[in-house]
Amino acid sequence: MAMNGQVAMQPQGTARPQTGWADVRPGVWLAGGLVLVFLLLFFVLPVARVFITAFLDGDNSFTLGHFSAFFSQDLMRESFMNSLYVAVMSAIFAALIAVPLAYFTVRFDFRGALLIQTLGVLPLIMPPFVGAVALQLIFGRSGTLNLLLNDAFGFTLPIMEGLNGVIFVEAIHYFPFILMNLTVALRNIDGAMEEAAMNLGCKGWRLFWRVIFPLGLPGFVAGASLVFVKVFDDLGTPLVMGQTNMLAPQAYLRITQVGLEDPMGYVISVLMIVFSIGAMVISARTLKGRDFSTLQKGGASIQRRQLSPVESALAYLWIGVILLITLSPHLGVLLLSFAKVWSFSPLPDAYTLEHYATVFQDASGMIQNTLIYCGLAAGLDVLLGVTIAYLILRTQLPARQWLDWIATASLAVPGIVLAIGFLRMFKGVTVPGTDVLLTGTWVAIMLAYAVRRLPYALRSCMAALQQVHISLEEAAESVGANKMRSIRRVLVPLMTGGILAGFVTSFITAAVELSATIMLVSADSQAPMSYGIYLYMQSVAGRGPGAALGVLAILVVAIGTYLSHRVVERAASRLAPRKEHSS
Amino acid sequence: MKKVSVQCRNIRLAYGSTEVLKNVNLDIQPGEFFALLGPSGSGKSTLLRLIAGFNKHQHGELLVDGRDIGQQEPWDRNIGMVFQSYALWPHLSVWDNVAFGLVERKVDKVTLHTKVAAALELVGLSAFGERKPNQLSGGQQQRVALARTIVIEPQVLLLDEPLSNLDKTLRVQMRQELLSLQRRLGITTIFVTHDQEEAMTTADRMAVLDQGVVQQVGSPVELYDEPVNAFVANFVGTMNMLDAKVISQHADHLVLDVMGVGQVTLPLASEVAVDSKKFANGQSVQLSFRPHAVKLDVNTSTSDQSAIRIQGTVEASEFMGESTRYRVRVGQQSLSVDQAHYAGLPKLAVGTPLNLSLPPSQVRLLAV
Repeated sequence: MAMNGQVAMQPQGTARPQTGWADVRPGVWLAGGLVLVFLLLFFVLPVARVFITAFLDGDNSFTLGHFSAFFSQDLMRESFMNSLYVAVMSAIFAALIAVPLAYFTVRFDFRGALLIQTLGVLPLIMPPFVGAVALQLIFGRSGTLNLLLNDAFGFTLPIMEGLNGVIFVEAIHYFPFILMNLTVALRNIDGAMEEAAMNLGCKGWRLFWRVIFPLGLPGFVAGASLVFVKVFDDLGTPLVMGQTNMLAPQAYLRITQVGLEDPMGYVISVLMIVFSIGAMVISARTLKGRDFSTLQKGGASIQRRQLSPVESALAYLWIGVILLITLSPHLGVLLLSFAKVWSFSPLPDAYTLEHYATVFQDASGMIQNTLIYCGLAAGLDVLLGVTIAYLILRTQLPARQWLDWIATASLAVPGIVLAIGFLRMFKGVTVPGTDVLLTGTWVAIMLAYAVRRLPYALRSCMAALQQVHISLEEAAESVGANKMRSIRRVLVPLMTGGILAGFVTSFITAAVELSATIMLVSADSQAPMSYGIYLYMQSVAGRGPGAALGVLAILVVAIGTYLSHRVVERAASRLAPRKEHSS
Repeated sequence: MKKVSVQCRNIRLAYGSTEVLKNVNLDIQPGEFFALLGPSGSGKSTLLRLIAGFNKHQHGELLVDGRDIGQQEPWDRNIGMVFQSYALWPHLSVWDNVAFGLVERKVDKVTLHTKVAAALELVGLSAFGERKPNQLSGGQQQRVALARTIVIEPQVLLLDEPLSNLDKTLRVQMRQELLSLQRRLGITTIFVTHDQEEAMTTADRMAVLDQGVVQQVGSPVELYDEPVNAFVANFVGTMNMLDAKVISQHADHLVLDVMGVGQVTLPLASEVAVDSKKFANGQSVQLSFRPHAVKLDVNTSTSDQSAIRIQGTVEASEFMGESTRYRVRVGQQSLSVDQAHYAGLPKLAVGTPLNLSLPPSQVRLLAV
């Protein structure tokens, strides 16, 4: 019914009367066309090329032979099972960390909740492969923890051994996805949902299992499937940890060592995409028709409870332990970047600043590269994002939803797959006017970043545009501004916050991207920071400078994250509708 | 089903230093359909949630069927509440929503099935058990919420703004359905509303709240005809108020000086008489009456000699269908006067001088 709160929250952009194709302006066709060409050229076709290659025989006929060859090799089968195992276990461990934290923040009224919110984003600001080496030094066989445990109790924990290590690193890196999604889901539960259950005689654990948990489930599934996909596709972490018997490292090794013609790389690519899409479809299926964010205008969230001093102390203790573990990669990298010698001892034996000196001397080009590639990629992303958002929400361009779907689909494509697609599709293609190979230039890296991070920028731009009511543009048009002018003078200024947030999100996530980078960097002079860290971390002697570069990368990302938070908050408070007088 | 009473004894509730309920006393009779009426922030919802157990009062007693239930948790009270937002669980089907409370009560399967089916039947949704709440219209959701609550056979039924999320035509229909359902079940029902029409059309008795204080309790007719103060008078319908002073009181009449009108003699035969004894000479009072109580003449004045005569001019008018409401300027004040409308009756122009006459029986004196 019209008065129902859930229905009233439809996007405003759909409010315009439906009109025919004939009403679509030429400029709109042009914009839509340009976006489509970009997406086809740098995303759809390269990925399609990867798919096709996986099914093509040497004489260009269709075959499933590569797949049967894949599954007949022990190494490949093992890699496949390992990847699956690591992804599932990482999601489970991430859930074990995140679920109690999320429940704590929404249910209890104590200051630790703020701590959880902060700690919830911290792990994300450092790529997992950077922390991996530091974690080896803290939790590894002869790391801090096990040295102390061995001294005190005479036993050690195999936390970092083999696949365990990958699971551990991935879980403490990706648990924020579950934490954030679940917290939002729980926050959006209308307090009346809980009260209605209490009113009918439900309390305690039964209340949690019958009402709270099912209502929060969509958020949990969304977060957990994201963790699964991210871990399944991750290349950097297993590579740095020497666990090459997994899918992504195998694809990388086959392509780089056997060559671009080796079919195994393509088979693995197809498998990774299928699993990514599979996980997303399952998650979308679960969520379908389950928009459980039942909080209505003016409604209150579920009740918060005060903790008793004892409970509070226990809660802090537990949060403290989690905090220590999730921040250990950061602490480890920081220590490592200052450590002169650090092996077989709980803490470094001596400290030095020389790693930073090394980095500034050798790697300033890398920092510069990161800023250029990521800046250009993020700029391209917001340009595309604003255009797609406008086309979808404000025009009647036929099939405009496809632009959104295609752009978003890049979430399901691992960086390594896109990079393989680039290498394959643009093989032999030169930059116009020169004989330089396109795939040999940094432009390819930048374009890969842009395609990979477009979904983030697009979401920001869509949200920003949805908040600008169409009547604001119509008002501009009614006083004489044409479409372009009203976009420039009204729409874009009002969307600034969202656009900036999109830019920053794209920028910082591109800055820590490794899987596409590692495939596309063809000369050391082109390398961005992420690649530099990876290179340094390959050798024991390079760990110090690698960590120092990692610290710098964290700083870049942290500053970016902070700025985007600020910008979004400012924009949100500026655009928030005035409080209306309730009846 | 046993009909129970609900009594509030000196109930006080404060959030920090903000007093939300100030010494509330109510006696709600067994089987009564009772309305809590008030503007937003009056404390009516707080009081309802207090009865349900979601708010705890710091002082006073809450008696249901004569027993103090103030210390009981919400889940132990067996007091059913229908929420303003309905609060239907979106992850459960209509059937499971209705069955929820019975599951908590560990009712055996056969009974559960019978009861849920009966409850859905009662609200006319037997065919919708498999649906999810968000596949239902607002009116249907409302009925599910109702079925979910009455299926547990609560001692008392609480309704929080039950009709506010429905559109106008549906609201009138649901209002009648609610009432007939309540009559059939005979369950003591308390409902909160800010809509005086809703309260007056359905409630046996109602309480008007303002700023955490119960202003008046009574039947809709009592509250409409005999409001005890200006707040109630204006919240329940529209009331004209003319400032006046008591000049003298006599055995059978009262003399007033009404601002903009002059001296008025009010015979004490009317209802006013009972209350008027409270007034002292020289006391400021308000002469109050409803817009439709006034007779409006353009040329001649009325022949009714007992009527209070007032002269004024038309200041503005609103055509409302059944009647036209004129704003009439009388001295420094404005009055609302309704003139019943029939086809062909011309609208009076702004500035038209009017003779108003007001039967003393329709007048109420309110202390300032």
